Amino acid sequence: MSSEEDDEWVPFSRRSEWSDVKPVPQDDGPHPVVPIAYADDFRETMDYFRAVYFSDERSRRALDLTSEAIAMNPGNYTIWHFRRLVLESLHADLNDELKFINSVASKNSKNYQIWHHKRWLAEKLGPEAAEKELEFTKNILSIDAKNYHAWSHRQWVLEALGGWENELDYCNELLEDDIYNNSAWNQRYFVITRSPLLGGLQAMRESEVSYTVGAILSNPENESPWRYLRGLHKDDPDLLAHNKQVSGVCLQVLSAKHDVVFALSLLLDLLRHGFQPSLEFCGVVDALRSVSPELSSDPASLAGSICSILETVDPLRSNYWAWRRSHLP
Amino acid sequence: MDSSPIDSSSSSSTLSSPTSSPHSAAHDNQSRTLTLSQLEQCKVEERVFEIYRIFSDAPAHTQTLMVELWRDKHIEFLTRGFNQLGPSYHVLDANRPWLCYWILHSRALLSESIDTELENNTIDFLSRCKDKNGGYGGGPGQLPHLATTYAAVNTLVTLGSDAALLSINREELHSFLLRMKDSCGAFRMHTAGEIDVRACYTAISVASILNILDLELVTGLGDYILRCQTYEGGIAGEPGSEAHGGYTFCGLATMILINEVDKLDLSSLIDWVAFRQGVECGFQGRTNKLVDGCYSFWQGGSLFIIQRLLSIAHHQIKSSPISLKHLSVDGNADSASFTGRKPDRSPYQIHDFDGEEAGKISAIGLEFIKITNEGPLFHSIALQQYILLCSQVLEGGFRDKPGKQRDHYHSCYCLSGLSVCQYSFSKTADSPPLPNAVLGLYSNLLEPIHPLYNVVLEKYYKVQALL
Repeated sequence: MSSEEDDEWVPFSRRSEWSDVKPVPQDDGPHPVVPIAYADDFRETMDYFRAVYFSDERSRRALDLTSEAIAMNPGNYTIWHFRRLVLESLHADLNDELKFINSVASKNSKNYQIWHHKRWLAEKLGPEAAEKELEFTKNILSIDAKNYHAWSHRQWVLEALGGWENELDYCNELLEDDIYNNSAWNQRYFVITRSPLLGGLQAMRESEVSYTVGAILSNPENESPWRYLRGLHKDDPDLLAHNKQVSGVCLQVLSAKHDVVFALSLLLDLLRHGFQPSLEFCGVVDALRSVSPELSSDPASLAGSICSILETVDPLRSNYWAWRRSHLP
Repeated sequence: MDSSPIDSSSSSSTLSSPTSSPHSAAHDNQSRTLTLSQLEQCKVEERVFEIYRIFSDAPAHTQTLMVELWRDKHIEFLTRGFNQLGPSYHVLDANRPWLCYWILHSRALLSESIDTELENNTIDFLSRCKDKNGGYGGGPGQLPHLATTYAAVNTLVTLGSDAALLSINREELHSFLLRMKDSCGAFRMHTAGEIDVRACYTAISVASILNILDLELVTGLGDYILRCQTYEGGIAGEPGSEAHGGYTFCGLATMILINEVDKLDLSSLIDWVAFRQGVECGFQGRTNKLVDGCYSFWQGGSLFIIQRLLSIAHHQIKSSPISLKHLSVDGNADSASFTGRKPDRSPYQIHDFDGEEAGKISAIGLEFIKITNEGPLFHSIALQQYILLCSQVLEGGFRDKPGKQRDHYHSCYCLSGLSVCQYSFSKTADSPPLPNAVLGLYSNLLEPIHPLYNVVLEKYYKVQALL
């Protein structure tokens, strides 16, 4: 539990600097439910923590005690909260705190408390912290490129403290490593729409559409770029329906006749937003109907045909496609 | 029982030939180097398909056994944890009301009642987690926290007795919720704690179920949640983050409970959630992530909720901004419609409240459950197959996926998801499902839940009658 430090751990009751403190046991009552068979070191550390927390002792030793208690259970938000109060009262060196939190965070990168603490600290340190925070999240993401907390923290740093300069390059890098990394696609969207350096979605749209179309054509079964492509037109679906690159990529993927679900699904959305299909389009969809020969050949019901094809080729979502079919105009 | 729980038309593509599915990227790309996402997906698919292969090769009576819900084993696992947890559980020392909820809600889903002594012990323990100024902490003496407050309140609702419900001081709780409300409209988890959609949901869920929801708690909240709906369609933990199953459930349920669900883009939300069910038959939490049994509830439950909101979704689709633009002769559509927001109250809200009637906003939970369920938007039988064959642990309890350890969290959300599946075809909330809605023997049937709060429906009615 306390890993390699087990041999060195000295009980608080045998530490002279704590001799004046009376430990406070947990008030679990006579018949606790979900009782945890605490190990002795954990129980004693928490008993001393309760003593300083209840007496609101904001001292150096209290700070050290929270470090020990946090190491045993970094998910205990009360300890973190109290630690922040102590740090503020002591006017503690925040750079020391940064070292502390980063060492805890590296070992517990999927816990709300440590990321909240990092945000609190970075906010106090101000823009000078941006670079270090971006570097830190980059390290975490190099181990787990989809760590939700790390991405949220990174976005907060960018918006609150800055450091946007290399963010699009970073997204490119991650997507080059793993084009299926949806977190990196989401970050790309964040950068495109929010970076003060890039001019926003409208300025970036065309080049982003080209990038995304390229990603789709290399892996048409990858859902991320298909959703991203829609996202690039979220403010104006009319533009989506009339963008030749968008309908073009649908046509190309459908013509290849495999991995057609995302293409059909996007085509359905295009039709909903006023896309006028060419005969070539109707022909390509018609060719897919070999798997469902019972369909009619009425071109006006292209959307209906698409739903029917999807019900067959995507049986896991047959209920969903049937519902989509039921509310076609 | 059918030889395969997947209907015959789908079995070829969902079970034997995963390459034909959009989610199965890896297998037809052998010539290229696989990315990490593809490799991990491949490993999970291999493991899951092996289980399904054994299942589909087995004779009918063996299949029936394989998809049996091992009630006694689950109850044993749950009860043991309720009475004693080992030293390694110290990492959950700030989540003890959660352990109470996960265990007692799971037991309630299994129709297992609790004896008076255990019930009194639970009420006593939770009263020790209660802060003197309202709200429940993660254990005795801990700072009050919204998530553990939700867990404690749902535990007491699940116990269901007058003593349990009357142990909640609603006035104090309301003042705690107000203290957690941030000026941006959202909620903080605890004093000076983090703001996110989870905090919003847990605050609104307890306020709603205890009939203390008012406009002061609601102000600005809908706009915050709306900012969390992403370009993918799902909802993120905070504005800008990635769409995620847990937050999608929380955001959606919150929006319904505060009567603002028509502000969300429901069709893109439905589309995103529907696509989270993968070839493994279970749900993933995010696009291109791995399947996990707990999302049976977070994602499956979201669709189950939406099955009662389809008229609102239809209305949105019919009046979507772009079709207005097309109908408009001069090409100038109403600017308000472009934002997806409606300037006036929509006739398609769950309930049309006047300002002075707003105190009744807590009644939405009851209104909601009376709406007709229009049937599953997801593959209910396939999901039951994943839960029973891949998440269920024969020694009792449920897990994320094969190869992972069971735990109480996954037990709670796999069972909640299983209940959602079983009742996903039922038009009314309390009517028993038809046998073919339940995978395996009908004795697998669980209690129905109120999906907005995730408490057993009967317990929900009890608390409504009392308060």
